[in-house]
Amino acid sequence: MASTVTMTVNGKSVTGAVEARTLLVHFLRETLGLTGTHVGCDTSQCGACVVHVDGRSIKSCTILAVQCAETEVTTIEGLATEDTLHPMQEAFRENHGLQCGFCTPGMVMSAVDLAKNNPDPTEHEVREWLEGNLCRCTGYHNIVKSVIAGAKSMRG
Amino acid sequence: MNALPETGIGAPVRRREDFRFLTGRGNYTDDINRHGQLHAWIVRSPHAHAVIEAIDKTPALAVPGVVAVFTGADMVKAGVGSLPCGWLINSRDGTPMIEPPHIPLSPERVRHVGDQVAVVIAETRQQARDGAERLGVTYSELPAVVSMPDAIKPGAPQVWDQAPLNSCYDWEFGDRAGVEAAFKGAHHIARLELVNNRLVPNAMEPRSAIGDFDRGTGEYTLYTTSQNPHVIRLLMGAYVLNIPESKLRVVAPDVGGGFGSKIFHYAEEAIVTWAAGKLARPIKWTADRSESFMSDAHGRDHVTTVELALDKDGKFLALHEKTLANMGAYLSTFSTCIPTILHSTLLAGVYTTPVIYAEVRAVFTNTVPVDAYRGAGRPETTFLLERIVDVAADEMGIDPVELRRRNFIPTDAFPYQTPVALQYDSGDYFTTLEMATKEIDYAGFEARRAEAARRGKYRGIGVSSYIEACGIAPSQVVGALGGRAGLYESAEVRVHPTGSVTVFTGTHSHGQGHETTFAQLVSDLLQVPMASIEIVHGDTNKVAFGMGTYGSRSLAVGGMAIMKAVEKVVNKGKKIAAHLLEASEADIEYKDGKFQVAGTDKSKAFGEIALTAYVPHNYPMETLEPGLDESAFYDPKNFTFPSGTHICEVEIDPDTGVTEIVNFVAADDFGRIINPMIVDGQVHGGIAQGIGQALLEGCIYDQAGQILTGSYMDYCMPRADDLLNFKVSTHNVPAVDNALGVKGCGEAGAIGSPPAVINAIVDALSQLGVRHVEMPATPQRVWQIIHDKRAAKAA
Ligand code: FES
Ligand code: FES
Repeated sequence: MASTVTMTVNGKSVTGAVEARTLLVHFLRETLGLTGTHVGCDTSQCGACVVHVDGRSIKSCTILAVQCAETEVTTIEGLATEDTLHPMQEAFRENHGLQCGFCTPGMVMSAVDLAKNNPDPTEHEVREWLEGNLCRCTGYHNIVKSVIAGAKSMRG
Repeated sequence: MNALPETGIGAPVRRREDFRFLTGRGNYTDDINRHGQLHAWIVRSPHAHAVIEAIDKTPALAVPGVVAVFTGADMVKAGVGSLPCGWLINSRDGTPMIEPPHIPLSPERVRHVGDQVAVVIAETRQQARDGAERLGVTYSELPAVVSMPDAIKPGAPQVWDQAPLNSCYDWEFGDRAGVEAAFKGAHHIARLELVNNRLVPNAMEPRSAIGDFDRGTGEYTLYTTSQNPHVIRLLMGAYVLNIPESKLRVVAPDVGGGFGSKIFHYAEEAIVTWAAGKLARPIKWTADRSESFMSDAHGRDHVTTVELALDKDGKFLALHEKTLANMGAYLSTFSTCIPTILHSTLLAGVYTTPVIYAEVRAVFTNTVPVDAYRGAGRPETTFLLERIVDVAADEMGIDPVELRRRNFIPTDAFPYQTPVALQYDSGDYFTTLEMATKEIDYAGFEARRAEAARRGKYRGIGVSSYIEACGIAPSQVVGALGGRAGLYESAEVRVHPTGSVTVFTGTHSHGQGHETTFAQLVSDLLQVPMASIEIVHGDTNKVAFGMGTYGSRSLAVGGMAIMKAVEKVVNKGKKIAAHLLEASEADIEYKDGKFQVAGTDKSKAFGEIALTAYVPHNYPMETLEPGLDESAFYDPKNFTFPSGTHICEVEIDPDTGVTEIVNFVAADDFGRIINPMIVDGQVHGGIAQGIGQALLEGCIYDQAGQILTGSYMDYCMPRADDLLNFKVSTHNVPAVDNALGVKGCGEAGAIGSPPAVINAIVDALSQLGVRHVEMPATPQRVWQIIHDKRAAKAA
């Protein structure tokens, strides 16, 4: 039942054996050891697993690894270079947009996609966009601030 | 003493833990993989109550990759013990509570949906799951009981044969005769029945545990998502698995939120550790979210009647509370003290009520065990108090803010002895109330209400003035009240030869930012830069001992232990400096990172003293040991008492029943603040959870004991677009009973906000004759109330 899948993850081509039922999130975490992408639920509600596939944010628990063959995947580990943070990551740090950090990779990946498509989002737009990302720690107040600030610095 | 303003006490220092969390380099339990690791899948009961007639392992063992299947019978045969409850409560007649056994895998009978029946262990998680699906378990179903009022009726199904009428204990507290007398002479008695709805804590990181066993050394290791690693080691090692503590290491690495639900010792921790010993291979278990819903301890779940007696001026004369508290099917680690010790001892609230009497009956039902959840007992107290104060205000025609003010404990009355055991050390309830009413423009509310009415909306405003008891111990008090542990905290401060410092703390961080706050504290106390201070927590092999983090105890208790250890380091440094500077020890003072002979310019820098301690070429060897490493245990004198006022303004759409929170302000007193940015964040998170309880969240069972809200599809978690930006501020009166002056802020939001929201909703609907609305005030519930009241009026 195992098959082989090849995709580009964070700029590197990777090949791995997967079962037909293997979800992208499990391929990333277990086969590739990219544990920054988290699993917070089994009903595609929490957004802890958000990554970019071909530039679009997607819940990696809702897609099979084999469906991602020949795609470009970016995870939180690939968002910034080694020691500098992406402007969105920096905005989360500066605005205390995280506490336990578990929802954070998914939040940041969602936020980056929002900012790409809507460079100057209003508070209302940010809250609506983050509807698919749960955070139990921050009450979202500082996340919303972070996303607005991050989008601003992405505009440059 | 603040020579390091940008990082010292009071500075909003950005968190050092954020870099790893933001870049995916956090190290949560499920991120860990051990060489040769197997995976466990727990087989859970689909029934709320049933006898396990037979388990056929064969089909599961036939699944490719399955290595072993263990059942409760295997555990009993191996002598595995019962998960202990940490608090003994005696009933009013002096008899001890009923404490039923809780074997990690249930050997004979299952008592709630999700109860552990067996574990299937396989090479991969999917194979373990496949095996679990094939396991042949034969149940014979028994009648189940879910609601507490049903459970205490004669003839109700019995969760435990040894607990008649499903009663765990029947406890009373306070002055019954005094309350009865005061009620007789009262001008007015306000009375209310209310429910504190059952919640699922839902830390975003599901629980996970990895058991490991080294046959060569006989040592066990457990990696687990815990707020409390040393206590897990103690409970699991000594009471459940019989492993000496020296042979058991418990590691709680990065933990993705807890809110209380990760304090407790859970069956799965014992299962993977025990099975790892049997198979001599590491075994990992990670919960699915749906599994979390039926295996993480739930929170709240009280049914209460409360009565408040007042004189003609609205002064509170007496309070009587009668509560049924759900324990679920088993007693979770701290379950029994939540509705008693942590709840009833706060019934004075911020008021001068002279006599108080509480009756609490703990009830077994066929539901998931209930235990501490953000605030633990105190949100329940605050909810009933702040609701009954509003009911009384309404009935007596006094403004709710004015009624609160008339009954507040005066600011010059501290220390204030309440009639329910606690002595509040400091506080100023008037100022936070003023701040909050000003911020929300309380005076201008009626104009806003009228404006909303013109748009066809009901607008309401709700006030809640709370107090909480944080920083749990003191140990002697805890012991006298039935606690089976001490509740001090430990710290070790290790100064390295080059002057850098590692601090080991027995508290645990799962989002609170200890690595930053504690480093700030030590930097300030020791006058060394934050960059040279490391904070270590969460590993029993590194930290000598600890009691973990909950009840906002980390800074008030753990921080004090650190402070004491730092003082010892400084004292030893003074001895070394005295020797080096040929001065008397009494003349050495420590300032700005230097040991100085008072009144002279002779000094030695902190780093020089550290080096001397480790390179003792010129050293008073007869009187002093080499090394600069000190530890301390701190057992607090008293709890700390944060307080404040939260005010919520809502607008209700009568056509849809949707409640929109249009404004929310919080003004709190947290004592001395180390990092205001982190404090604000804690308050935001707490408010969100409190609003969640008030408007959205509620764990619902059907009559047969099935959880109807068993995933994020059905359990309504607050999302970004359900909430708004909160306005938080503080007016901080330092705590008196700890030298740091700190109080604690972790639960405040979850305690203060639910009554503010419900008071606002009731206020909005009061013109329809509504006196109370149960939580969660969902659109359906609110719409129904509006609809019924309007229909009754029309009739
Ligand atoms: S794990 Fe993908 S949405 Fe929750
Ligand atoms: S920071 Fe903990 S869940 Fe969002």
